[in-house]
Amino acid sequence: MWALANIVAGGVFHAAVLFLVAAGLQLVFGVQKIVNLACGSFYALGAYFGITFITYAHQLGVSDWLILPGLIISGVLLGFIGPPIERMLRAVYGRDESFQLLLTFALVLMFQDVFKFVWGANPRSLNSAYLIYGTITAGDFSIPVYNLLVIAAAIAVAAGFGAFLQRTNYGRILRATAENRVMAEALGVDVRRVYAVVFTLGAVLGTTAGALVVPTAAASLDMAIEFVVEAFAVVVIGGLGSMRGALAGALIVGLIRALSIVYFPEFEVLAIYVIVIAVLIFRPVGLFGRAVA
Amino acid sequence: MRPHLAAVAVVCGAVALALLPQVVPPYYVGLMIPFYGYAIALLGFNLLFGYTGLLSFGHAMFLGIGAYGAAVMSSVFGVTSFELVLVVVMLAAALIALPIGLLCVRYVGIFFGMLTLAFGMLFHSFLFKFYYVTGGDSGMRVARMNILGLPFNSYNKIEFLAGPFYYYCLALLLIAGFVMWRLVHSPFGLHLKAVRDNARKAEYLGVHVRRFRLAAFVISAAFGAAGGAILGFRVGLADPELVYWTQSGQLVFMAVLGGFTNFFGPIIGALSYILLQDQLQSLTEYWRFVLGAVLALIVIGLPEGLSGLVVDLRRRLAERAA
Repeated sequence: MWALANIVAGGVFHAAVLFLVAAGLQLVFGVQKIVNLACGSFYALGAYFGITFITYAHQLGVSDWLILPGLIISGVLLGFIGPPIERMLRAVYGRDESFQLLLTFALVLMFQDVFKFVWGANPRSLNSAYLIYGTITAGDFSIPVYNLLVIAAAIAVAAGFGAFLQRTNYGRILRATAENRVMAEALGVDVRRVYAVVFTLGAVLGTTAGALVVPTAAASLDMAIEFVVEAFAVVVIGGLGSMRGALAGALIVGLIRALSIVYFPEFEVLAIYVIVIAVLIFRPVGLFGRAVA
Repeated sequence: MRPHLAAVAVVCGAVALALLPQVVPPYYVGLMIPFYGYAIALLGFNLLFGYTGLLSFGHAMFLGIGAYGAAVMSSVFGVTSFELVLVVVMLAAALIALPIGLLCVRYVGIFFGMLTLAFGMLFHSFLFKFYYVTGGDSGMRVARMNILGLPFNSYNKIEFLAGPFYYYCLALLLIAGFVMWRLVHSPFGLHLKAVRDNARKAEYLGVHVRRFRLAAFVISAAFGAAGGAILGFRVGLADPELVYWTQSGQLVFMAVLGGFTNFFGPIIGALSYILLQDQLQSLTEYWRFVLGAVLALIVIGLPEGLSGLVVDLRRRLAERAA
């Protein structure tokens, strides 16, 4: 019983991080119709930078309570790598989607070597930095407070994004552009700026997720290419372009991974792709997607 | 490209490749074996991508089927004939591609890419996690085999690869290229192009769109497996890395580098990729960055790839001469 609760808590934490990255992927796909393979690289960038940040913070004796806000701020600041990359992607906006996909694949390759150049080829990790805020224990169940805070942050982002997209004026503009780009442009929306904003927001979500996860896991060169396919699975299960779908997909993938690692280790990854394929076959628009013409 | 010009290009290319072992050191000759593997796989890949308009992002799965098929047959069942292995893995890949293709070809564009990616990752995680069947991340050994029934026992592995096996692969590439040339210039190929350019119109004209997409998928899978068997034979190992999604991305990279709009593009792409990667790896440990930058430049500035550049140059020269 407690064991199961521990597993579920681990799964939800993983789901929270997955959701952040997948939300960025969804936002960019929803509005720009680009599948951004580089979102995993943004995630890795956030993670590596988070390691540097925490290392310096420890050396300078910064209070532990500032670590989490500091990680979030550095994630957000790193998101400003978005605009120049968006500027580069602009060259292929009018082209076939396979070219857009390939250009983001080129970014994946380049980022991987940038990480290697700056942070070295060996995985980097922090010694249990996630224990700084202590652990909550009940019976045999225990969860680090840090993990709870990250889950809370993800929920806050989900709620905030929902409100932003549904309630604010700019959110309406984004949705209108996603719905019909040409019409939005005709009605006076500066689509170029919308694209830049959307891509940057997507990047911020990725880098923040990476920064948040790094106290609990190592940063390695492979994390970008491993994480992006997982985020892919999330958005396909949830439905491309849907925020609610990202949430549901992240929970499904996170929980399945956590459960299968313990009970059927061979099926850890297999199970996820079986579900992806099942969803694509029986409900190609995903659980929360809408049919596109 | 006009047919007779293509013939001249093929003859020149084949002669150059045949003379290569006489002029360059064995290291580079050995390097050409993966080129043949990738070129054959890419011929198939481009039937799907260039001629049918379907971008598969999981095509490395078929390389894997070829390599693992060769490993299982040679090491577990003790098959010594490489031809038998080729035939069996091609049939196996086609058989596996049939149900997968049936599901995938219902979609086009990004959904097709994602579904093939998912299948590729499914296969990868099977290879990676089921140690007792597949050897997990250490892979499976591909034993040395006979070609054309001749064991070439007097050659060591390197001499064998740089000598008889090199010519063997060249012949395989020529056969594969000839088959593919006939395919894309047959009514079948015209059907595929019609499906690519306007699926709805093709359907209206009585083309079974899905059936043709499926056929292209199955054929490309068989070519992929043949290429994979060559790759596995050369390294002597089939490992799951060959099936990872980045490997699929690398296949797309090669096709785009050479130019997928041209019949010879994938072959040029495979050749330039192999040479480029080798040179870069010897120059810098950050070769991925350079490759990424090259890919970005090609995608942005040279969407028709290197073959497009050649065709364009020829057109300009012709204009100047006129």
